[in-house]
Amino acid sequence: MEKNNRLLNGIKFFALSIFLVLYIFPFFIVLINSFKERKEILENPLKLPSVLNLSNYIDAFTKMNYMHAFLNSLIITAFSVFLITLLSSMTAYIFVRKKWKFNQFMFFFMVASMIIPFQGIMIPLVKIYGSIGMMNSKWALIYMYVGFGASLAVFMYHGFIKSIPLELEEAATIDGCSQLQTFFKIVFPLLKPVTTTIAILDILWIWNDFLLPYLVLMAPEQRTLPLSVFYFYGTYTIEYGPAMAALMLATIPVIIVYLLMQKQIIEGVLKGSIK
Amino acid sequence: MNQEKTLLAKLKTYLIFAGPTTFAFLTVIILPFLYGIYLTFTDWNGISATHSFVGFQNYLQAFKDKVFWTSFLLTLKYVFFTVILINVIAFFLAYMLTSGVKGQNFFRAGFFTPNLIGGILLGFIWQFIFSNILVYLGKSYDIPILSGSWLSDPDKAFWALVIVTVWQYTGYMMVIYISGFMNIPRDLLEAASIDGANFYQRLKNVILPLMAPSFTISVFLTLQRGFMVYDINLALTNGGPYKSTELISLHIYNTAFLSQQYGIGQAEAFFLFFVVAAVTLLQVYFSKKLEVEN
Repeated sequence: MEKNNRLLNGIKFFALSIFLVLYIFPFFIVLINSFKERKEILENPLKLPSVLNLSNYIDAFTKMNYMHAFLNSLIITAFSVFLITLLSSMTAYIFVRKKWKFNQFMFFFMVASMIIPFQGIMIPLVKIYGSIGMMNSKWALIYMYVGFGASLAVFMYHGFIKSIPLELEEAATIDGCSQLQTFFKIVFPLLKPVTTTIAILDILWIWNDFLLPYLVLMAPEQRTLPLSVFYFYGTYTIEYGPAMAALMLATIPVIIVYLLMQKQIIEGVLKGSIK
Repeated sequence: MNQEKTLLAKLKTYLIFAGPTTFAFLTVIILPFLYGIYLTFTDWNGISATHSFVGFQNYLQAFKDKVFWTSFLLTLKYVFFTVILINVIAFFLAYMLTSGVKGQNFFRAGFFTPNLIGGILLGFIWQFIFSNILVYLGKSYDIPILSGSWLSDPDKAFWALVIVTVWQYTGYMMVIYISGFMNIPRDLLEAASIDGANFYQRLKNVILPLMAPSFTISVFLTLQRGFMVYDINLALTNGGPYKSTELISLHIYNTAFLSQQYGIGQAEAFFLFFVVAAVTLLQVYFSKKLEVEN
């Protein structure tokens, strides 16, 4: 039995390894071709590069205005996630602690609205915000992310706050804290596990989101990372080398964060999916 | 906690805590949704300042449009295959990765990687694989099925989309199934083994019933994402060759923003909304029923 198990585990390990290699293979292909010249790629796209030539990277970096796009993505993601967690936790708090009819209605309304897909409202969204001149601005985009992200975040905070005992807050009130002080000093720190989960899910979503920024941000200097890769790739499709380097440049920051926070990210996805 | 006595005091507390969220939610989701209903009854072309009422014309036009139905049926086919393949593969990966194999965490992290990267990038990566790497392999080793690019053949381009989608989401669903497996009590499986249940019996009578909640979530997510797919479709095939792989989201986008038939596009978008809402609600309803019966 023992020996059988070890053999079985050996076979599983072997099968999984092969599958994983196949799984990761596309990234490997992009990596090796990002160092090659066009001629070398066309000759044999599977061969390792003969020299580590960084000219494709320099080319892609300057032409897609990498630093600018990276900063745009960073600003948009950071502000959106900060605002979503802050505003949604406050909202969920009032929904749980004040059992007013209106609060119950709003909570139900927000949860029910989660069924509306983005594609269902993108056309009127563009029309409305275009007509009041809010297109082409990062801040309008951040505002939209708060609107799109609020429902799920309120829902997740709501479930968590319900399980926090009232006593702590009552003690704080007796000590003379206002409601806002009670929330920020007592409740918000207790929400850290949910805040982490929501932040991870929203970072993955907003950092990689394409369609909404594609519709809202028209001007080249406003582009986020996925957008600038999209336009760069569209313009230089035949230039495989720089195109591969652009893909690498956009992937590397995410992979670095993943290597550092792998456990938290997988846990975040796990907790976020069991709603 | 303070108790608000007057309506004014209540309003003040509400606005301080929930005001900004409520405002953003109403103006970003609800207002466009309602305005969208109105748009479907107009002939707005995206540019002109005025538009007139056309009644149900947009819905009629959308439903009479053969291209729309082709795209919708193709989306159904795509959803069908991706939902099944993703869930079956993710389930078995999760099963293997909770059985005490060496390097479990490393494998889990590895299979999850595509989910960190946006669909546009993944689509471009695979575009290169399909049109260069596979063609190169096909030509060098004389493999007929690979000798031409899959992306220039209508039928194969569809399967390319399926493959990339399965590759992308398997790792995500695997994580959900892993948590399901970890919640199965070990002693229950051991008891079943001692009672002489073979692998198939254990799977059918112990594992699958206890995994029902994971199936509910995972099938829900794959259904929803399947119907909504846009990024991969745009980056990998852009609907080509000859519009043969234009899935419904891309079709709606093109109708509205490229052909500038906003009313028709919005009518199609609502149709999609109703289909997705109906399908996912039915799915959750029936899987919840299964969970309870078990």
